[in-house]
Amino acid sequence: MTRPYRFIGKATPRKDGVEIVTGEAKFIADIKLPKMLFGKVLRSPLPHANIRHIDAGKAKRLDGVRAVLTYQDVPEWKGGMPAHVRILDRKVRFVGDAVALVAAETEEIALEALDGIEVDYEPLPAVYDVEEAMKPDAPQLYTQFPGNVLPNRCPGFGPKSLEEIAMGNVEQGFEEADIIAEGTYAYENIPNPLTAEPPGAIAAWERPDHLTVWSSAQNPYWEGVLLYLRTERKVHIRYIGTQCGGSYGTRLMSWQLILYAALLAQAANRPVKVCYSREEHFAAYGLRLGSRIHGKVGMKKEGTITAISGEWLINTGFYSQITQGQLAVGCGEVQLAVRCPNWDLKPKIVCTNRTASGIVRGFGGQELKSAFLPLLTEAMGKADLDPLEFFKKNYVKPGDGYYWRDGNWWVCRGVDYTKAMEKGAEAFRWKEKWKGWLKPTRVNGAKRIGVGVGVHGNADVGEDVSEAYVRLDPNAMATIYSCLAEHGTGQRSSLCKMIAEILQLPLENVSMTPPDSLLSPYEIGPFGSRGTYAIGSAIIAAAEEAKKKLLERCAPMLKANPEDLETEEGWVYQREKPELRIPWRTGMGIDRTLLGYGRFEPDFTVPNFMMLFVEVEVDVETGKTELVDVVSATDVGQIIDPLNLKNQLHGSLGSAGVDSALFEESILDKKSGRFLNINLVDYKWRTFLELPAFQTVTLETPFPTHRFGAIGVGEVSTAAGPPAILMATSNAIGRRVYEYPMTPEKILRVLGKTKRGVM
Amino acid sequence: MKTRKTAKRKLKKSAVIGGSSSGLASRSLRQPSKAARNNERQKINLTVNGQPYQLEIGNRSGEIGPSDTLAYTLRETLGLTGTKIGCDHGACGACTVLMNGKAVLSCTVLTVEMDGRSITTVEGLRDPNTGKLDPLQQAFIDHTAFQCGFCTPGILMSTKALLTENPSPTEQEVKQALSGNYCRCICHYHVLDALRAVTQQGGEK
Repeated sequence: MTRPYRFIGKATPRKDGVEIVTGEAKFIADIKLPKMLFGKVLRSPLPHANIRHIDAGKAKRLDGVRAVLTYQDVPEWKGGMPAHVRILDRKVRFVGDAVALVAAETEEIALEALDGIEVDYEPLPAVYDVEEAMKPDAPQLYTQFPGNVLPNRCPGFGPKSLEEIAMGNVEQGFEEADIIAEGTYAYENIPNPLTAEPPGAIAAWERPDHLTVWSSAQNPYWEGVLLYLRTERKVHIRYIGTQCGGSYGTRLMSWQLILYAALLAQAANRPVKVCYSREEHFAAYGLRLGSRIHGKVGMKKEGTITAISGEWLINTGFYSQITQGQLAVGCGEVQLAVRCPNWDLKPKIVCTNRTASGIVRGFGGQELKSAFLPLLTEAMGKADLDPLEFFKKNYVKPGDGYYWRDGNWWVCRGVDYTKAMEKGAEAFRWKEKWKGWLKPTRVNGAKRIGVGVGVHGNADVGEDVSEAYVRLDPNAMATIYSCLAEHGTGQRSSLCKMIAEILQLPLENVSMTPPDSLLSPYEIGPFGSRGTYAIGSAIIAAAEEAKKKLLERCAPMLKANPEDLETEEGWVYQREKPELRIPWRTGMGIDRTLLGYGRFEPDFTVPNFMMLFVEVEVDVETGKTELVDVVSATDVGQIIDPLNLKNQLHGSLGSAGVDSALFEESILDKKSGRFLNINLVDYKWRTFLELPAFQTVTLETPFPTHRFGAIGVGEVSTAAGPPAILMATSNAIGRRVYEYPMTPEKILRVLGKTKRGVM
Repeated sequence: MKTRKTAKRKLKKSAVIGGSSSGLASRSLRQPSKAARNNERQKINLTVNGQPYQLEIGNRSGEIGPSDTLAYTLRETLGLTGTKIGCDHGACGACTVLMNGKAVLSCTVLTVEMDGRSITTVEGLRDPNTGKLDPLQQAFIDHTAFQCGFCTPGILMSTKALLTENPSPTEQEVKQALSGNYCRCICHYHVLDALRAVTQQGGEK
């Protein structure tokens, strides 16, 4: 097929490529303002305690200290959902909770000042387990949430936000089932997405009610809105995005450190930078949700699911940032993967005394699926069904419906992904490798090879609102006004390609405003794979409107109707007589710019899709499990940039994705409430030496919903992984394994080779 | 939790309190105090990206503190922020620079140890006269061998060190050389593609 496009579908250099490879790209730690101070946080050594007394006198007297703040000095600003977390509180709720803030001339002085703050704690009992936390005599984290249970409602998703999956009649559904699987399954190793860049922010007050923030969220405009709400609508925020050293969603957890910087800056009347150390990033930022399900599945022999019921317990750590939203999206996404008429799944969000869980790629869906799919595979095993055939039968197809995050019933008008599954299976040689449940693909001495498959998809590719302007200048330049920072997906460059394609301009003539909420209209930001469809459609609409204005202006000069004109390379010409043409500068004059506006309204009708095939090799002598082969299969409608896309697909191994089933975990010591592996030596991560073979299978079946037929998939690349790894490992060793991650110790325990017995 | 001190401070503490180190760190730390007694200021001669620097040891702005890591000096004193600090602990490779052509983790060495050394940072990879990118940098752009880009300077410098020593490494040698570089977006595959292109084209020879 010959491509009709100049830029779309072709690999083009990232617009910020030179800055990145020369070290010129400015990340938050690289930015210095005149008279800037450094902020540091004193953190709680106890998992749960009241502060009886705090004395910061010594710290305040230290040379070079410009501000010290405790809970007595900060306003009643709150974050969380519903708002329940103060900036500094009289109570601390996890090891690492903020107790006091210091701003000083240097980082070293600020750290020294922390040592000078004396705190007298009244220790309280702590709780870490979701079910322990709900018991009547459990320690209570917040007086307003008895039983440590938070409400399920996510106000941002509208008045009917999805709080459970309830439909049909589950009792009847279970009666119709041939096979029942039931039990408790969990994904509770709370891995850390751990971006390469630790989080940080700079705050500077322009006026008493005007604050400028520099930070590394990928969505500066929306972060500014959230900060405005958290400061009781009293502080107007200008949010300037820096180069973002990885997010995977987690950068939306920075509101606390931004407000630490803001309050210190206010107290010292100087700009303040707060950058977290790697240890703070580990211990006091954002983890994945803890997820446990007590569930029951009813299934017909041929793979039709008749009923699903159960309780989904979500451990959100010491607070919920937007866990309710993750609950809602998780509940929506599980319906995309398994078609079932009778549901009764009741989620509960529970607070415990550890650092918070928050937004991470997979957004509730990875956490729910990683607990739920092992239950589902029990049923598939009992029915002796090939999981690939099961997913082909059950994954959402055009015409199927689902309750999405807003509580409304949406009907899919996307594409059928069966072909993508088949192509992926072909590339992986699934038919050859699949030998049945609990059967290894190959045995090679002590090495057992097994395969697994997982599936995930999300209808959030069209979530929320985006706005954009596109400005045309007479010198044939186009500028996109859209508020997103580059966080690694290459999205800023890809959006420029879409506009270059529409205006038929060289790519270097199209640029995007720096991410600054002062410059650009409303943009919630790139997440949920919404960059291509939602953000893309807004800027495309803006470009089309600007182009229309351009053609209208040129029409009289070319003695033609605007609809008979076209533009290319900064010229406007008659489509039928291209020799009749004028440059933009003649059409516009030197003293005019043309502005188009575009807006995207939410649309939850086009789910995306990702299937991961994995092959593992387990050494039954040592218990070590290695991932040797991965095939990802998807259909993106139209590739915008093949290299950016592949990067996103490879990303399934990172950001607490696939590897959270193999070796990633945050190990919490339940005696002290401390994490035991919060450094990059003890927290395990995949190195260059341990790369599996990785093939990406990407189909391009055009989506009618997008100008270029495209749909985004970056966010969904991880979530299918963990349950696929469990499946593969179980098949390799011939016994079911359930516990994440699959450390050698657990494998040997399952094999009955350690004295601690079989799980 | 007691907040961990920065490496800057940590190294100072371990060197001063530990005291038993026979390495350069403790020797260098003693020297400034001796120099102070003699009322003359100790200086460090350091070449960074071909430019010579003479830096005084002391605690004033623009001087080198005895506990300053090379990463800190490069970033905060010399303003070369291309070198990133990811963990400040020698575990993530983001701060990798070349010292006399060899890869070192600049957060684990003290600037006072660097007298007479030649350092190359990511800012020094381009041709200083023409501004032309190093073939390695160009290959990273051509293969989009980065996502967020935070780990890229470290990966580039680890790779540069390898290719300086061994212009035609095997894939396993490349992986070995990069095994200490933390990349969370997973750009490993494109980095290997970029490296393959550079070594095949002989751009580094």
